[in-house]
Amino acid sequence: MSRQSNRTTDSKKMNAELFTLTYGALVTQLCKDYENDEEVNKQLDKMGYNIGVRLIEDFLARSSVGRCQDFRETADVIAKVAFKMYLGITPSVTNWSPAGDEFSLILESNPLVDFVELPDNHSSLVYSNLLCGVLRGALEMVQMAVEVKFSQDTLRGDNVTEIRMKFIKRMEENLPAGDE
Amino acid sequence: LFVMADEALFQFLHNEVIQYIYKSSEHGEMENGRCITKLENMGFRVGQGLIERFTKDTARFKDELDVMKFICKDFWTCVFKKQIDNLRTNHQGIYVLQDNKFRLLTQLSAGKQYLEHAPKYLAFTCGLVRGGLSNLGVKSIVTAEVSVMPACKFQVMIQKM
Repeated sequence: MSRQSNRTTDSKKMNAELFTLTYGALVTQLCKDYENDEEVNKQLDKMGYNIGVRLIEDFLARSSVGRCQDFRETADVIAKVAFKMYLGITPSVTNWSPAGDEFSLILESNPLVDFVELPDNHSSLVYSNLLCGVLRGALEMVQMAVEVKFSQDTLRGDNVTEIRMKFIKRMEENLPAGDE
Repeated sequence: LFVMADEALFQFLHNEVIQYIYKSSEHGEMENGRCITKLENMGFRVGQGLIERFTKDTARFKDELDVMKFICKDFWTCVFKKQIDNLRTNHQGIYVLQDNKFRLLTQLSAGKQYLEHAPKYLAFTCGLVRGGLSNLGVKSIVTAEVSVMPACKFQVMIQKM
């Protein structure tokens, strides 16, 4: 992925860039390891999921957010607390479905893609797909099964980046295993 | 009071990268070496990128030791939110950077049985240092060792170009 560097940074941004640069190196490595973009997307989702199931504990410990009453509250917490805390941005929550089970997160800017350009032969790559896995994994740990996907992506020419989240079902809490 | 937790996010990603690099590999010396190299190379590219963006305004360094002090203070603080605890040198191109509480090791249990896995958690950072130095005009070989978790030492051997 080529980059243009044309801005100065201060030390506060440094750490965010460590994540961004490392993420870029990971995507580059995955593109080397896998034949096609679909495989890379899947791998990013899987890795994101693994991160998400652990990140939720970190999040709950830091944020002292209580249990969300409904999906709308969940959306607000994700956008205003979680995204802000980990990525330093606050996406807006919009495009609610009539049933209230689906919404969009609109990211004016996506910190993951600073200075990233997709080469021509990776048109199907969902560069930031890790985020979908993270959200899915994190919510699963609080008993929510969701579908998450990018519906718009600035890397692919759209004006904004849009993540679409759909509530599938509430999951049962894991009960202790009975007799084998 | 709102605190950024992007450092945590990096740690989670770092761990996941290690799992990914190792998961499809077989056990054995050769394969472990390949994985360590992959991690180190990733760190190298990231280290280059970090320096590229944040030293634009910094005055040029007067000598090699100055560069190493920068790594120990500014660079380490930016990346790990703390400075290197101890810097030693033989004044002949070898530097030992000691971090008594290396951030990327603190999540690993301190038990002796985990010591063998410690190198996996150091490889990326070795590359980070090597990449940072590279973009500062210094060619090096960087290795690391752990004696007692979570303290570790990074050894930098400057290569004359």
